Amino acid sequence: MQRSKLGLDFEKVGHAKEVSKRIADDVQKFVDNYSTVAVERTLCRLLGIDGVDSNEVPLPNVVVDAIKDKGVLSEGVMFFIGNAILETGLNPQQIAEKMAAGELEITTLPIRSMEEIQNAIQPFVDENINKIRERKAKRDNYLDTIGEGPKPYLYVIVATGNIYEDVVQAEAAARQGADIIAVIRTTGQSLLDYVPYGATTEGFGGTVATQENFRIMRTALDKVGEEEGRYIRLCNYCSGLCMPEIAAMGALEGLDVMLNDALYGILFRDINMQRTIVDQYFSRLLNGFAGVIINTGEDNYLTTADAFDEAHTVLASDFINEQLALVAGLPEEQMGLGHAFEMTPDLENGFLYELAQAQMIREIFPKAPLKYMPPTKFMTGNIFKGNVQDALFNQISIWTGQGIQLLGMLTEAIHTPFMSDRYLSIENAKYIFSNMKSIGDEMEFKEGGIIRQRAAKVLDDATELVEKIEKEGLFTALEKGIFADIKRPKDGGKGLDGVVEKGSNYFNPFIEILHKK
Amino acid sequence: MSGGLYSTDSNDFDKTLDLTKIKPYGDTMNDGKTQVSFTLPVKKGEEAIEAAKQMMRKMGFENPQVVMVQELMEGFTFFNCYGNCTHTVDYTSIHVPKVESTTMDMHETDEFVKENIGRPIRVVGASTGTDAHTVGIDAIMNMKGFAGHYGLERYEMMEALNMGSQVPNEEFIAKAIEMEADVLLVSQTVTQKDVHIKNLTELVELLEAEGLREKVILICGGPRISHELAKELGYDAGFGMNKYADDVASYAAQELSRRLNA
Repeated sequence: MQRSKLGLDFEKVGHAKEVSKRIADDVQKFVDNYSTVAVERTLCRLLGIDGVDSNEVPLPNVVVDAIKDKGVLSEGVMFFIGNAILETGLNPQQIAEKMAAGELEITTLPIRSMEEIQNAIQPFVDENINKIRERKAKRDNYLDTIGEGPKPYLYVIVATGNIYEDVVQAEAAARQGADIIAVIRTTGQSLLDYVPYGATTEGFGGTVATQENFRIMRTALDKVGEEEGRYIRLCNYCSGLCMPEIAAMGALEGLDVMLNDALYGILFRDINMQRTIVDQYFSRLLNGFAGVIINTGEDNYLTTADAFDEAHTVLASDFINEQLALVAGLPEEQMGLGHAFEMTPDLENGFLYELAQAQMIREIFPKAPLKYMPPTKFMTGNIFKGNVQDALFNQISIWTGQGIQLLGMLTEAIHTPFMSDRYLSIENAKYIFSNMKSIGDEMEFKEGGIIRQRAAKVLDDATELVEKIEKEGLFTALEKGIFADIKRPKDGGKGLDGVVEKGSNYFNPFIEILHKK
Repeated sequence: MSGGLYSTDSNDFDKTLDLTKIKPYGDTMNDGKTQVSFTLPVKKGEEAIEAAKQMMRKMGFENPQVVMVQELMEGFTFFNCYGNCTHTVDYTSIHVPKVESTTMDMHETDEFVKENIGRPIRVVGASTGTDAHTVGIDAIMNMKGFAGHYGLERYEMMEALNMGSQVPNEEFIAKAIEMEADVLLVSQTVTQKDVHIKNLTELVELLEAEGLREKVILICGGPRISHELAKELGYDAGFGMNKYADDVASYAAQELSRRLNA
């Protein structure tokens, strides 16, 4: 039995995890029977289909839309493309190009036997699986040779809108000590039902996530990492309507960390829950296989609801997200489950409550590289106080052994970070992480004290909540507004028309390969 | 480099306060002391420090002192500086347009609405356009409110609907018509490349095209919004930093009463 500094009841933890597993299994029963336009486009990408047509429409969209327009998407792109390979002698990319040119209609070709179709497509499946394996091996090699920074990893964002300017900012941050560079996406990209193409220099509040932009930033970070003797991780956003496609692009281009959370999309982007839960499963399979750490978005609950009153919703969501990740074969070591330091600074003993919760989450998910989010809601134009708020946040992180430290910026409420803001923030964290390095090993928490009581209370409330969700089922629970006081109908939100029940010819060989590793 | 523990600046300036010629205040009236930090795209060195001092002088600072020099990466150096500002401002000639209403608390506003309007005020709010941030509209509208100021949903005499984020202007207007809203609240958090201006302007144009503009009280808010900017863009009022649900609710109630009881 694990020893708890908080006197946590691990039997209760085990119970909450079992309940959450049943919630995830119930969701999975639904997921297994469905596909989506995004999953099908992902399969196109995993067969090597890339590029855009003369109207800038990505070829995966061209292929999937053509099949969907014929009302036969239920049979899946693998079936039609496999068959088309046999009938035309072309490869998937050539098939997509012909379709874009209006020279090929793949749904009306004579249909070969299932065995022949599967054999025809297998070489393309293997080719891209190998590409992902090679990409993963490259990262592993870096970690074995140049190594990485100590945990908590220092995570900073760049968000200039221009990928080339982002590279400059990222390089500066990496040289100052950042371990993870997240390229914030342009506002609204999560609601696009396609992934833009090529290098981009225009964005609002962030930079468009494209495969070429991934490549540009990865190349730059590899160079800096080699020079600094420290592997620099790259993070992007595998969320929204193109969740699995971005997972595939990231797997192919060597991304290391991906925001990946259907619950976040449902609640905060009003994405249809059926759509994004199906998308999430396939994206987590890919992330798991590619060695990508996922980050979940629980911290966001606290930006709308109260961080003290609603702390248990964060833990409950972490419980469910852990199980939804395990179903997809994603190892615990890749689960950057989210939580946050968001209580109002006016709260007496707020630091103690935050400390209790951070330690609690650490003990409940001992192997996970927990993603700890900085204060944002109560950051003001007072940058001097902001630096103090961030310092308190950093203290808790080193004390409780968090995995990924999203560095707070003293200018959080003002603008996307200046180069100097990032420097000051990294300096703040490095100072505290060094100065308080072993405090967690030295300190115990008083029995019956504020900290132990707080942790026990949050665990109790979270357990009660997952029990309630199990009774309702996750979808119904979301309809009733259990998380963050936000209600989302099962048939509402964006992207529902992209969900399709799998037909009799449907097959997706990647699921098995990705599961097996 | 720095001035040391004791100031050696010349002290022969007029130390009386003159509101027609105010200056920044450090520890002595009219000393003009100001703190400035910035990054220059040059490598660290004596030349970089000199460049920072010249920059300070061009910004209007006498006796510039560079107290911190930090290379952020090769070719970028960060400075923290102090200087004495040479410029003055005539405070007596300043006029800033302000929202003209008395701020009441929730209870007072509810009472005011009961007495003067006699029915709940219908309010629709959203973070419109591509803006994904709900923090502003939530702070004003959600039951819980923000920093101890209850949101509009909690008001007995407000029928408040928060549509959340990324609401297209067209959808926002459709909902306003459906609800027969008295008040529209628009929150804008992302302001990069002035995207909020474009979006706010578009909403006004759409409302005018629908013939609705004069029928509603149109309010915008966000960290970069001022009442002055709001008026310029054709809104009835704007609420920026440090404004809460109380301010918005009081204004909405008093303005609606003015219009209905005119």
